[in-house]
Amino acid sequence: MSQPKDSCVEPAGGPIGVPETEGQQPTTTQKEELRMLAQVGKPAPDFEASAFVKGGFENIRLSNYKGKWVVLCFYPGDFTFV
Amino acid sequence: MSVDSRFTHKIWQEEELSKMVKGGVPFAMLSDAGGRIGKVYGVYDEAAGVDIRGRFLIDPDGVIQAMEVLTPAVGRNVAELIRQVKAFQHVRKTGEATPSGWQPGRVTLKPGPNLVGKVWEIWKPDMAF
Repeated sequence: MSQPKDSCVEPAGGPIGVPETEGQQPTTTQKEELRMLAQVGKPAPDFEASAFVKGGFENIRLSNYKGKWVVLCFYPGDFTFV
Repeated sequence: MSVDSRFTHKIWQEEELSKMVKGGVPFAMLSDAGGRIGKVYGVYDEAAGVDIRGRFLIDPDGVIQAMEVLTPAVGRNVAELIRQVKAFQHVRKTGEATPSGWQPGRVTLKPGPNLVGKVWEIWKPDMAF
């Protein structure tokens, strides 16, 4: 598990194994490909993300959780209401 | 996971969540800078610039077994998530199938020729609730 340096801006990895789109405006086809990756019955797309966990900062990679059940929740934002 | 930074996660945990849950929520709070991971999971709202309320249940092989996506104004039901985790774990262990509304201890189904046309004998609609 890599430790992020606590500077202000640090690349956090992001999706792994997903082709980067070139330029600022991906074509419709590229967008569709990105959207189609997560499906039931298919491998969960791997990623690395910086995280706040157990009082400290850590980079978390999904594939390090093989062998465990994982619940991955997205939500609109910290300090929002629901 | 949200598009907020790990620094914002820290302050939210310390200033608010720890007042709802003693000691704070015990889960890793992940940062999805720019929504790049949310895009891959199909939950990034381009117009709002945030990840919407998506939930993915991933098994020990790294395979997605369940997903649920809600628009922001409606919250999730954690009891249903826990029921699904138990059901998927039971199915993985036994090879059985769990009918609608299944709860641990209730009747399961063993799909095969002998069950065709006979589900009504062992499963009743009131068991869906």
